[in-house]
Amino acid sequence: MSTAAPAGAAPLDGLPERATVHWRRRVDERSLGRRGRWWTATTVAHTVPFICAALALGVIEPITIPISIVLLAHAWAIPELYAARGAHVLRPRRRVGDGPERRALLLLGDLIDDRARRLHAATGLVLERGRLGTWILGEAGAVLVRRDSRRVFCYCVKASASDLPAADRIAHLLLALRVDERDFATVANLAFSGAPWRLRRRLAPEQRPALRAAAD
Amino acid sequence: MSRLIRLDETGHTTLAEWSVDEPAAFEDAVVAFRGELDRGYFGIASLPDGRAEQIRELPFDAPTVILRRPIAGG
Repeated sequence: MSTAAPAGAAPLDGLPERATVHWRRRVDERSLGRRGRWWTATTVAHTVPFICAALALGVIEPITIPISIVLLAHAWAIPELYAARGAHVLRPRRRVGDGPERRALLLLGDLIDDRARRLHAATGLVLERGRLGTWILGEAGAVLVRRDSRRVFCYCVKASASDLPAADRIAHLLLALRVDERDFATVANLAFSGAPWRLRRRLAPEQRPALRAAAD
Repeated sequence: MSRLIRLDETGHTTLAEWSVDEPAAFEDAVVAFRGELDRGYFGIASLPDGRAEQIRELPFDAPTVILRRPIAGG
């Protein structure tokens, strides 16, 4: 009998799920910065043409001002839609039943400290400090608030089983995140990156304290 | 007392419990652990510093080992 096996015997290197996205470069500080700038540039490229066209039409032919207003509405709506997609990663999913939900909640409570438990009770979200920033974990996604609190990254990522209670879904993400934060961000799909205030407006009111706590 | 726990549709299931003076219980836990790995679960042991470790062998002295499903980008 192998009674002498030490804690953490035969640890693996990072998350095995990274093999499923082997073509992706592993996320690090620099790649996050690059990704954020690229996201902003893309958003600007999508909106500025609408603004320029609206101004040009208004100046050249004032009768087309109604069209200019429609174009400006487009320019406003595009970043809003992106932010809404980001907020969507934290939306609660379907509940599976009171008993399993309670049992899952007990285990999740064992994995986090008292402050995180209170925040989860109020928002349904779990906060976890990492090296890349502070993570807000939901049932089917996670938001990374960078250390300077000037940018958030919203990721779609979830456990492969669909019949899990809400707290179990969060526990899956929490455990994977604690194994390897960079692998976690690599496996997840980026849904939005931008200023925290953009995301905040699109979050459910009861979830906003989690974003505020992550930015503190 | 160490525990082997599986995250599943019931909330969670304790598959095995063992302690230093129960070698037979640990053997049962090892069998259960390997069976769940074969079913596609991943084993996670928590570390004292708050991080966690992906494991393929059941550590005898880990207080809690949790089995989870794979995650994927949505």
